Amino acid sequence: MKHNLLLRVIAKYLFPVIALFAFYVQFHGDFGPGGGFQAGVILSVAFIFYTLVYGLETAEQIIPPYVLRILASTGVLIYAGTGVVTMLMGGNFLDYDLLSLNPIEGQHIGILVIELGGGITVSAIMLMIFFAFAGRARS
Amino acid sequence: MIFIELISWLFIATGALLGIAGGIGIHRFPDFYSRLHAVGITDTLCAAMFLIGLCLQTGVSIASLKLLLIFIFLFFSSPTATHALANAALLGGLKPELDEEYHGHCFDRRPD
Repeated sequence: MKHNLLLRVIAKYLFPVIALFAFYVQFHGDFGPGGGFQAGVILSVAFIFYTLVYGLETAEQIIPPYVLRILASTGVLIYAGTGVVTMLMGGNFLDYDLLSLNPIEGQHIGILVIELGGGITVSAIMLMIFFAFAGRARS
Repeated sequence: MIFIELISWLFIATGALLGIAGGIGIHRFPDFYSRLHAVGITDTLCAAMFLIGLCLQTGVSIASLKLLLIFIFLFFSSPTATHALANAALLGGLKPELDEEYHGHCFDRRPD
């Protein structure tokens, strides 16, 4: 891919557009089609596109594998932590109604936090799988 | 109002016609490059016609802004995908099928 000027330029300009669409799907997920899982996959697609054009070494300088491991576990921690918080407030596991004084507002906050955790984990795991496959040729 | 509806459906019908033309082209053309040529050219305009038609249906709203953004995205990504496919095939050594008189004169040298 060293000589492919057109793809390099287009990849540079499309990367922020794809990432922005991922965040739109992420934070629009409570009252529209979308949510954390789809947004995570779209965000990882932006990084995979960058990796395909610019190479694995460049991508691993931007987002090193140990950061991916930390992000993947952080997402699960946010997901489970929300459930534990609602248990500490006296309800069931993932009982969103208690997160705010108004139950409907509590549901909104709960689903957004849960989807955020899911999105972070899904995008990190997808990138880890892709890097593992792409790095097989090196070893 | 009926006038805008008419123009909108005209755009959508043109887009559908272009999509069908691209499908016929990918089915009937002889080799990889001419098939890519057929579908790569009609594809972008087909999507553009559909999106313009749908923009006319929605009027000026947030939905038409989203359709415009989709159009801009497709306007850049679709020709790039066609270019990448053709370039990869040429670098991989796939030779185009040529007429008899041109055979052996061009595309002998692999591009560097």
